[in-house]
Amino acid sequence: MKLEGGFLQNLGKIYGIYTGVFLGTTVLLGILEQVGVPNKIIGYCFIFLTIGVYALIGWLSRTAQLGEYYVAGRSVPAFYNGMATGADWMSAASFIGMAGSLYFGGYGGLAFVLGWTGGYVLVAVLMAPYLRKFGQYTVPDFFSARYGGNLARFIAVLVLISASFTYVVAQIVGVGIITQRFLDIGAVNLGFVALSGFQVSCFVGLLGILVCSMLGGMKAVTWTQVAQYIILIIAYLVPVVYLSAKVTGVPVPQLMYGQVLEKIAAFEETLKVPLAARHASAFLANDGSVNMTAAINYFALIFCLMLGTASLPHILMRYFTTPVRQARESVGWSIFFIFLLYFTAPAYAAFAKFEVYQNLIGQQVAQLPGWVASWGKIGLVGACDAANAAAQYALCKGVTGNGDGILQLAEFRLHTDAVVLATPEIAGLPYVISGLVAAGGLAAALSTADGLLLAIANALSHDIYYRMVDPKADTRRRLIVSRVLLLVVAVIAAYVSGTLGADILFLVSWAFSIAASGLFAGLVLGIWWKRTNTAGGLAGLIFGFGACMFFLVTTEFYGPWLKGMLGDAVTIVKIRGRDVAYIWGINNISVGIFGIPAAFLAQIVVTLFTRPAPQAMQDFIDSIRVPAGNVRLVSAEHAVKE
Amino acid sequence: MAETAGTAPQQALSREKMQSYWARTSKLMWIIMILWFIFSFGIHLFAPSLNKIKIIGFPLGFYMAAQGSLIAFVVLCFWNAKAQDKIDEEFGVSDE
Repeated sequence: MKLEGGFLQNLGKIYGIYTGVFLGTTVLLGILEQVGVPNKIIGYCFIFLTIGVYALIGWLSRTAQLGEYYVAGRSVPAFYNGMATGADWMSAASFIGMAGSLYFGGYGGLAFVLGWTGGYVLVAVLMAPYLRKFGQYTVPDFFSARYGGNLARFIAVLVLISASFTYVVAQIVGVGIITQRFLDIGAVNLGFVALSGFQVSCFVGLLGILVCSMLGGMKAVTWTQVAQYIILIIAYLVPVVYLSAKVTGVPVPQLMYGQVLEKIAAFEETLKVPLAARHASAFLANDGSVNMTAAINYFALIFCLMLGTASLPHILMRYFTTPVRQARESVGWSIFFIFLLYFTAPAYAAFAKFEVYQNLIGQQVAQLPGWVASWGKIGLVGACDAANAAAQYALCKGVTGNGDGILQLAEFRLHTDAVVLATPEIAGLPYVISGLVAAGGLAAALSTADGLLLAIANALSHDIYYRMVDPKADTRRRLIVSRVLLLVVAVIAAYVSGTLGADILFLVSWAFSIAASGLFAGLVLGIWWKRTNTAGGLAGLIFGFGACMFFLVTTEFYGPWLKGMLGDAVTIVKIRGRDVAYIWGINNISVGIFGIPAAFLAQIVVTLFTRPAPQAMQDFIDSIRVPAGNVRLVSAEHAVKE
Repeated sequence: MAETAGTAPQQALSREKMQSYWARTSKLMWIIMILWFIFSFGIHLFAPSLNKIKIIGFPLGFYMAAQGSLIAFVVLCFWNAKAQDKIDEEFGVSDE
C-alpha cells in the first residue's frame, strides 16, 4: 500500500482522531436520545457504525503479501502491538463474562483476573523473545523444527485447533447475545431449516468477524484490533466511572469500590447471605472455617489460565510480529493494556451488585423497571416471585417464589453473561451507555474471534496444506487456501455456537486447559532444556493433550462411568443439564491440572531415557536464545520461502 | 570472536560467551519466576487472614487478588524487558 510509510509515522495522530470521532459520535447519539430518538435506533447505530469502521480499516490495510498476511510484515511498533494484543486477548469472556463471574463468585471469580494477567509474565520471560527470534509463522512451525518434523507439527496443529475452536465458539456466543439483544433479531424459517433468533444472531455477528480477517490477514487484523481496543476500553470504563461518580461522588471506580464493598457487606448482613457466598469471602465455609476444596479450585484455575495464556497460539503468534527487543517491550504493553480492563472488572461487578441490592431487591414485582422484561425475554434475567414466573422468564425454571408480590434476593435470577451488558440499565443510566457497552462487547468478541480464526486458518493452510500436502504451492494459492479455510471454519463455529449456547467463561476456560496441556511443556522445555529430544517432545505432546482431552470428555459427558472407575475420588455435580464428575472436587474447567503435569512428566522421563538432542539441534537452540545473528535451522526443509 | 550481529551473523557469540550470556539470562528468569510464583499463589494462600485487615474499605486479601498482584505483574514484565535489554547490550547481541 502506498500510504504505508506515512501511516506508520502517523499512528498516534490517526488513532487520536479516531478516538475523538468515536467519543463525538457517542455524545451525539446521547443528544439524539435526549430529543427522543428511540433506543432501538441508538443500538443499531452503535453496532453498525463500529462494524463499518472495522471493515473500512480491514479494507484499507488489505494485503496480498505473505509476510504481511501471516505476521503483519513484522513491522508493528511495540506500543500498538501491545494494544492489538490487548484486544486480541480480551475476548467476550473478559468483557462480558468476567465481571459476571466476579458478580456471582466474588473473591472466587478473581482467579480469572489473576490467571489472565499473570500468564503474561510467563509469555514475557519464557516464550516471546525466543519465538520471535525463531522467526517463522506459526507455533506448529516451532514444534516441527524442534521435535523432528511433521508428526510433531501435526499434533501441535491438532491441539491448536481444539483449543482455538472451543475459544472461537465462545466468542460467537458473545456476539450472538449482543446482536440478539440490541438488534432484536427473531427466529427465521428458511424453508429447509428453521433458525432460532440466537442462531440467526450468531450468523449475523459472524459477518462482522469475516469482513476484518478475510481481507487483509494479520496486518488488517492488527490495525483493526488497535481500533477495537480503543472502543472496548472506553466502553468498559464509561459506565463504571459514571456509577462511581453517582454512588461515591468520585469518578475513580478502581479506588472507590472499597466503599461499595463495605456497603455490599452491610446488605449481605441484613439479607443474611451465608458466609461462603459473601462477596469478599476467601475460601470460607459457612461456619467460618477454611474450605479446602474452594482453595484448591481457585489455585488450580489460576494455574491453568496462566499456563494456557502462555500457550495459546493466537497470542504467541503476536510476538512473531515485532523485533526481539520490541517483543519483550510489547509484552509489557500488552499486559498494561489488559490490566486497565482487568483491574476495573472487580469494580464493575461490585457496583453492579450494589445497584441490584439497592434498587431491585425488595421492590414490588409489578413495578420492576423495563429492562427486567427486555432481558428476561431473551432468557438472561428472571424475576421469579410468582408461581408461574417460568412462563415469562425462562431462567425461573425450578425456582419457586413465595408469591408475595415482592422480589426477594432468592427470587432474582441473572445470567452471568448479562451482568456487564445490563448494568447500565440496572443502574438507570441513559440508553446510550448501554449501546456503548454493546459496541465494546462486540469489539472484544470480534477482535478475539478474528485472531483465533486467523490462527486456525493459518494452521490449516500453512502447516497442513503448505507444509504437509503441497510444499510447492505458490504464494497466491496459499493465501486463497487460507481464506477459503477461514470461511469454512467460521461457518462451522457459528453453527456450533448457535446450537450449543453454553456459557462463555466455561468454554474459554476449557480452551486454556487444552492449550496449556498440549503445548506448554513442549514450548518451555524446547527453549530452556537443550537435552530434550524428538521422542520426549512427542511424548509430552501426546500425553499432555491426551490426558487433558480424556479427562475433559469423561468428566463432562461420562461422569457416572468415571465414578464407577475411580470411586470415592469422584463427586457428581449436576450442571449444564448433565452429571459432571469432579475429581477430588476439582471443577472440570481446570482439567489442565491433570494434562499439564502429564505432559511435563512424559517429556522429561522419555528424554532422560533416550539420547540427548543432537549437536545440530543444540546449536539451533543456542541461536534462538540470542537476539542477534541468524537462526541455524537443523534442516533446510524447515525454511519458509516467501 | 565475532561480537556484532551484522558482520558475522553465523556466530553471534563464542561458546564461552554464550554460556555466560545464558547463565545471566537464566538467573534473571528464575528471579522473575520466583516473584511471579509469590504473587500468583503465595500471598493468596493467606487471603482468609489478610481479609481481616481493611484498607479504604478493601479487605486486604481481596485487594491483593483484585489489584495488588496485577500491578506486580505489569511491573515484572517491564522490569524483565529492561533487565534483559541491559544484558543483551552488554554482550553486544541486541538485534537493533
